[in-house]
Amino acid sequence: MDLSLSSHLILLLPLAMFLILGLTGMKMSHRLAGVLGTLGMGVTLLLAYAVAATYFFSGSSDFVDAAGLRLQYSVFDYTWLEFTDSLVIKLGFFLDPISAMMLVVITTVSFMVHLYSLGYMKGEVGFQRYYAFLSLFTFSMLGLVVATNIFQMYIFWELVGVSSYLLIGFFYTKPSAVSASKKAFIVTRFADLGFLVGILILSFYTRTFDFLTLTNSPEAVMASTGGATFMGASVLTWALVLIFMGGMGKSAMMPLHIWLPDAMEGPTPVSALIHAATMVVAGVFLVARMFPVYLQSSSALMVITVVGAATAFYAAVVACTQIDIKRVLAFSTISQIAFMMTALGVALPTIHEGMGYMASMFHLFTHAMFKALLFLGAGAIIHAVHSNNYTEMGGLRKYMPITHITFLIGCLAIAGIPPFSGFFSKDEMLTAMMNNHPFWGYWMTMVAGLTAFYMFRLYYRIFWWEENKHYAEHRPHEAPLTMTIPLIFLALVSVVAGFIPFGEYVTWNREPYEIHLDWSVAVTSIVTAVVAITIATAFYRKKNDLPDRLTRRFQWLWTAANRRFYFDELYMFITHSIIFRRVCQPIAWFDRHIIDGTMNMFASVTNRASSAIKGLQSGSVQSYVVVYLLGSLAIAAVVCVCLI
Amino acid sequence: MFSNILIYFVVIPVLMLAGLALTRNIKQVRAVAVVGSTALLALSGVVLYQFLQLRAAGNTDPMLMTGSWSWFEPLNINLAVGVDGISVAMLILSSIIVFAGSFASWTIDQPKEFFLWLVLLSTGVFGFFISIDLFTMFMFYEVALIPMYLLIGVWGSGKKEYSAMKLTLMLMGGSAFLLLGILGIYYHPAEGGQYTMNLVEIARQGVDRGWQYFLFPMTFVGFGVLGAMFPFHTWSPDGHASAPTAVSMLHAGVLMKLGGYGCFRVAIYLMPEAANELAWIFLILTGISVVYGAFSACVQTDLKYINAYSSVSHCGLVLFAILMLNSTAMTGAIMQMLSHGLMTALFFALIGMIYGRTHTRDIREMGGLMKIMPFLAVGYVIAGLASLGLPGLSGFVAEMTIFVGSFQHADLFHRAFTIVACCSIVITAVYILRVVGKLLFGGVQNEHHRELTDATWWERLSVVTLIVCVAVIGCFPNFFNDLVGQPFQTTFASIIDVIK
Amino acid sequence: MELEILKYLIPALIMFCCGVYGFITRKNMIAILISLELMLNAVDINFVVFNRFLFPGQLEGMFFTLFAIALAAAETALAIAIIVNLFRAVKNVDVRNVNKMKF
Repeated sequence: MDLSLSSHLILLLPLAMFLILGLTGMKMSHRLAGVLGTLGMGVTLLLAYAVAATYFFSGSSDFVDAAGLRLQYSVFDYTWLEFTDSLVIKLGFFLDPISAMMLVVITTVSFMVHLYSLGYMKGEVGFQRYYAFLSLFTFSMLGLVVATNIFQMYIFWELVGVSSYLLIGFFYTKPSAVSASKKAFIVTRFADLGFLVGILILSFYTRTFDFLTLTNSPEAVMASTGGATFMGASVLTWALVLIFMGGMGKSAMMPLHIWLPDAMEGPTPVSALIHAATMVVAGVFLVARMFPVYLQSSSALMVITVVGAATAFYAAVVACTQIDIKRVLAFSTISQIAFMMTALGVALPTIHEGMGYMASMFHLFTHAMFKALLFLGAGAIIHAVHSNNYTEMGGLRKYMPITHITFLIGCLAIAGIPPFSGFFSKDEMLTAMMNNHPFWGYWMTMVAGLTAFYMFRLYYRIFWWEENKHYAEHRPHEAPLTMTIPLIFLALVSVVAGFIPFGEYVTWNREPYEIHLDWSVAVTSIVTAVVAITIATAFYRKKNDLPDRLTRRFQWLWTAANRRFYFDELYMFITHSIIFRRVCQPIAWFDRHIIDGTMNMFASVTNRASSAIKGLQSGSVQSYVVVYLLGSLAIAAVVCVCLI
Repeated sequence: MFSNILIYFVVIPVLMLAGLALTRNIKQVRAVAVVGSTALLALSGVVLYQFLQLRAAGNTDPMLMTGSWSWFEPLNINLAVGVDGISVAMLILSSIIVFAGSFASWTIDQPKEFFLWLVLLSTGVFGFFISIDLFTMFMFYEVALIPMYLLIGVWGSGKKEYSAMKLTLMLMGGSAFLLLGILGIYYHPAEGGQYTMNLVEIARQGVDRGWQYFLFPMTFVGFGVLGAMFPFHTWSPDGHASAPTAVSMLHAGVLMKLGGYGCFRVAIYLMPEAANELAWIFLILTGISVVYGAFSACVQTDLKYINAYSSVSHCGLVLFAILMLNSTAMTGAIMQMLSHGLMTALFFALIGMIYGRTHTRDIREMGGLMKIMPFLAVGYVIAGLASLGLPGLSGFVAEMTIFVGSFQHADLFHRAFTIVACCSIVITAVYILRVVGKLLFGGVQNEHHRELTDATWWERLSVVTLIVCVAVIGCFPNFFNDLVGQPFQTTFASIIDVIK
Repeated sequence: MELEILKYLIPALIMFCCGVYGFITRKNMIAILISLELMLNAVDINFVVFNRFLFPGQLEGMFFTLFAIALAAAETALAIAIIVNLFRAVKNVDVRNVNKMKF
């Protein structure tokens, strides 16, 4: 199929689905809406695969030059809004290794989620609305990854934010869902403010939004700032850090991560699609997209590394103490994305051909698959036991064999056990970190160990431990076929994805290179993972009181981690006690009483003045005469004095 | 005289007034209102088409379709009309809102009298936008203001007499400044200039430099009062809260735009030198408006107050961008006027419809309306998303044009203030989502609300018209950008270049 | 001659002042009307006197006086009519009762 036509359709089909389902969905039956949405997504999936395959494998001179260097190619680029001659927002379709990869990731996960939701959301009120929002999200996310310029990215960035808001708040009668959606939107919006200001600063100096111009001549970007500095850092660093702030919001980096755990109030497939596989990696994608520019500022890269490393550790620790299985997965997502961020931060081209970049993208790909798998698995479990907490589960392996096996594959993949996909991508990342500075390498290996521990803690608590007593009254059952097919498919992908020669396709300068495992790093990380899994097995395979004893021993630490180190309380304090009470309310009071009071004062002074002098108008003719007489005498006197 | 198409913007409302005077029952009133407002909508469409034709034919005059008829010769007062891209956009906005407003007041009490005043108000609005003569502009401005007093005082709700009085007095205070400014401009042309009231002529010959420093603040504040500039905005919350639905729509949607339009057309267009030097004072005031309005909106509990403060914030952005004196930001300002006009009218229409059912506007007493009146609730969500700047709806386009344009300013002070103004996008999100969360989502607060009905066909028509317009601007911004940006890039840009 | 004119003017002045005093202090509207007439007549005397002493050959002052007398008569008729009507309404002629035209 023609490339131009198929790339148009990739964007327009989900948009059309959104409009059709959104406007006429109420009149459709659930079944029709679901099938229509899934079919639309299926076609988009095929088109996206075709486009990605054309890009990677056709060997056409548009996409790859004689030396094997992959080229950047914009399929179409329409002018949407012209600010000035050079500052133009265009809507286009940009093909390069990472956007082609993202097309595959997004459409795959999205299609799986569409299919899965047919079973999971069956009979829910607003089923059509759900599919409409899913299509809207897919459209926005696809638009984001194929953006040809930073402003197009910002546009779709906002759109994914709104779709996420709508989907988190899908169960809008539930107050917790409403407040979670609000929180997600406002926190990311705050981050987007940084993104916007970053774009403004960057465009002020470079006079362009275009990614090609920016990334192909990063030195020119640096030069255009003319060495301007602000508060000790170069303006380029400021711009890049502010843009990264946008990424921090969407990718839930500390301290802007607080919305993601709450976002689990949304339907589980939505969590799988938006809050695990696609939207939350937008921040990573943004940094990767702008990577050549980031290379110009080592301070900005340092910020990314530090934020990433800190977040990864923090989220891993918190994940060890959560009871809600979706929250465990949410924190695990935060931790894994932080992994990717750190890998980008350490990816200097001088070290191993900027291997961190490739590793980060590789992990993005594998993580999307196995994390979607884990979330969908969790959805199947929640569907079966009607609770999010693992205390209501245990011993489920007998009742839900398919879910059990696929979930286990997901856990092994994320823990980094060969030959599952997570092992390869994580190993590449760790190697990159180790090469940059051993500190990051060991630090992140420790985080990887924690990952293995909490994932297996979760796995054992769900599927082993002891059988829950409630099963007698309400026997859990395996999920229907629409739900298990996506699980099986994603599990297969998670098994084999590690063998994709990623270095051939996605590298920072788009030159292919060969990946080889660095066994010294690999052995360390495998040993760490195995040890962590063994500990988890010892703790959680059979019911015992070891975990409880340990918890009691380190009660304060456990409580702090369980309460997520009081970030939410801190935010509550800042927003409610400071901004709301100390800023908004005083301003509103000031407006009503001081500003409006002044205006009312003018009115009442006028009023008073007139009532003070109205007594003169007494209505008695005789007093008028007196005044008249005195007045004329006074005038006469004045005239006389003047004449004399 | 009647060969000029623009004059029909005044003729049609006058015919409507005559028609309304003859009506006997509500059906006839509705018929006149619908026919008239549809005619106005069609007329503005025709004017847009002809305007584009003329521009496409290469006519680069500052004002097109001009006409001038002498009215009072000794003072050079003419009924002079003419339009450029900005006025065409404003005419379209006004006719859309008059159209939607007519449907929103379908079941008003004493319809004949109500529509008489409403049509008189729109006569003033249309007359203002087509005039290019200072005196007639001022006259139409007053014609638009006075009916407001009666419309709020008679058909309003709450403490309506107080609000109506406050609104009228404050706006009249503004127009006192304005009159002074206009007379000053007339009597103090630059050296060698003629006494004239014609805007284009004055812009060509300039205003005396020394007097500009006095006249610019006069006119800017005069129009700024209507544009809800801090600290002269306090008429807006009370006025909007008390006004009936259609009047709120027309007032926030169109009348407040008279302020922004006047600030540009009279204060800045005629006195660019003073504007350039005094802009910083007003930039601070409008910058405060933007953030201050948004913060105030966060703690209000009355739907209309929230929206009124949000208008203060959004209209502050209009004046803020105008003062940047660069073509992108000013284009953004006009886009913001269009966008704010449409979406705030949408908001007020929806609030009026919700209030008409629940008889309360206190968000604490309502909840879960999404279940009860899905159409209105979805409309409210869309309006909210437009207001907080969702791409694809008009608010985003306007705000981004303003921010990008303002940030291109060479001066650090202006850029820093742009960042301050940018902060409003976060605060806007806070108060919009707060309302949406409390009002539409969650459980039903009041059991009596369960029996309420969703929108009727005329309400739907009104809401859909506005939503479609908001979406069209949001999806195809470049057309509007070209339309309203053209004057800034040609006639006005040369003036700006001269100063800088 | 100077003294001659004063002989006429001083009584006229006294008459005028009496009129003013009466107009201000009396409460009865008829009395106020009489005071008004007193003032008018004082002015008439002035006209006549000035005409006689300053412009002996002319008659304008005299005519003006006649005019004023005629006007005074008309005015009195009008005033009496108003007072009578007021009396019908409030049953007395006290000027303090008719201060409604204020504010």
